[in-house]
Amino acid sequence: MVEAGKVDMARSKPLLIDGDIEMQLPTPASRRRLRWPTAASAILLSLAAVAGLPGMAAAQQTMASSDKIWAGLRGDVFGDRNILADTGLVRLEAPKRAQDAALVPVDIYLDPSRAPGGVKSVTLIIDANPAPVAATFQFGPDAGVTRLSTRVRVDDYSYIRAIAENADGELHMASTFIKASGGCSAPAVKNTAEALASMGKMKLRQFAPQSEGNMTKAQELQLMIRHPNNSGLQRDPLTQYFIPPHFVRTLSISQADRPILSMEGGISISEDPNFRFDFTAQGDGEIRVEAVDTDGQVFKDQWPLQAVGL
Amino acid sequence: MAFDPLRRALLTGLAGAGLLALAPRQSPAATGLAVREIADGVFVFQGVSEMATPKNHGAVANLGFVVGREAVAAIDSGGSLVEGLALLAAIRATTDRPVRFLVATHMHPDHIFGNAAFRDAGATIVGHRNLPRALAARGDHYLKSYRRQLGEELMKGIEIVLPSMLVEDRLEIDLGGRVLELRAWEAAHTDNDVTIYDVSSKVLFAGDLVFLGHVPTLDGSLLGWMRQIPQLAAIPARAVVAGHGEAPADWPAALDPQLRYFGVLAGDLRQAIAAGTPLAKAVKTAGRAERDAWKLFDEYNERNATAAYAELEWE
Ligand SMILES: [Zn+2]
Repeated sequence: MVEAGKVDMARSKPLLIDGDIEMQLPTPASRRRLRWPTAASAILLSLAAVAGLPGMAAAQQTMASSDKIWAGLRGDVFGDRNILADTGLVRLEAPKRAQDAALVPVDIYLDPSRAPGGVKSVTLIIDANPAPVAATFQFGPDAGVTRLSTRVRVDDYSYIRAIAENADGELHMASTFIKASGGCSAPAVKNTAEALASMGKMKLRQFAPQSEGNMTKAQELQLMIRHPNNSGLQRDPLTQYFIPPHFVRTLSISQADRPILSMEGGISISEDPNFRFDFTAQGDGEIRVEAVDTDGQVFKDQWPLQAVGL
Repeated sequence: MAFDPLRRALLTGLAGAGLLALAPRQSPAATGLAVREIADGVFVFQGVSEMATPKNHGAVANLGFVVGREAVAAIDSGGSLVEGLALLAAIRATTDRPVRFLVATHMHPDHIFGNAAFRDAGATIVGHRNLPRALAARGDHYLKSYRRQLGEELMKGIEIVLPSMLVEDRLEIDLGGRVLELRAWEAAHTDNDVTIYDVSSKVLFAGDLVFLGHVPTLDGSLLGWMRQIPQLAAIPARAVVAGHGEAPADWPAALDPQLRYFGVLAGDLRQAIAAGTPLAKAVKTAGRAERDAWKLFDEYNERNATAAYAELEWE
């Protein structure tokens, strides 16, 4: 058996992962660090930003260094577009200190009064993670989503950012600094056997409207998908090859055949991806969900709309 | 075994903390961790129930070793190379039989950061079939986050050393007239927990499948842990060495406090999940009734609740 941290150079050939990204096994001099030649998507591209930092394995990020990562990253994700900070259109809540690095709850709030034309999308970024772009969420034009909660992995002290795009194409950002959990808490899958055994299983919970008395049918959904959402940033202990990343790449949720919420996700979303959000129901058409992972596996399910509390 | 200057320095560094009864001029082979013989040929070092710090050298977990007619098996190597070397020195001070095995009870740094000391001493490192995978996913992160917690000085020489012998389900290790029964468990404290039962003394080394005094920490499966407790209790031991807390302790009575904690935590969370209370809010109060019964409750309970919530909402 090859020892941890040792790279068998005889096997050091480029690995093809995710179709269009070529990943090199690190040379001994830079082992533990990944080098990504060219990047093809925002999610994987953003790995390069961190991989290029010296001493990544040892450094502890600060607010300033997190901002520095962000400065290098924002152009890759948003080009030279202006980003307005703390306008109140989008708000972000996360614990000041992560308890479990693998499961950090994040709540995103959108203020409809500040976005009369609606919000088209929200991009969730964790600066110091190996893959900083955790997810981009798109909302259907009449979906009425004002709250969205999910769970993310947090590798290090970092800002978490939510950047919302309104109907006019303006970008609004909210951010909060989070201290990574200490000690033995790691952003890794806890029970791999279980995660793989029930992969693709979905569960939908429907909650009653929170505001009583008005005519809106806004209600709350919680969608849960069993999936290890593996990072791939780890070497197989036996072969020393990098284990290919395996995560839910896209997700779409519709009700009565109209789009409510879709996601393009990455490895910073926790195992068993979990999304809780409010939305405005129309008619009594069913809720359909489709998810596709990096292996091309498609997971589908559907549920009747419950007349909860109406 | 020859001690090079670095190791000598590491050991000397420990002396000031009272962990080691090691005077600078004394032979390292005659000193080491303060271990107690709890049964014939069964030795235990009891860690402090604290978070790992530079001051306690990461020596927060219970360690041990068992001496057979021909060989010695160590159980866990401690939370730093310094501690691993000190355990090795304690073994040397007790017996000249070779340390043929180091059994890693699971992946956590306070149990495996001293592994390199045992690898270098020629021991075969034994662990759960899932341990290599678990450490592949976490090793770099552990090294990074513990640098913050333990400090550069104590991190020197710490490596993630994988097991070279795996316990698929059960494995017997013969130390010469003395058999250790190793057992690999399904996901519980972690997904790579191993217990070691010394048949001749009827002492069970439970690793972190048993916590006493120190609040249990959850990094695997709460349901799996609770489900396997009857099987654990059925091991015909007369005493247990828990992963943390008082050692030895009565068996299987030592299981009672954690079982009570699990019941309260799971009960609170199931109620919150049924009521639709979101994770972030539910974990603030779940398990609170147990607060006064445990050390380090405030450090770990909310983390336990977070992991348990995510598991229980699939029920
Ligand atoms: Zn542990």
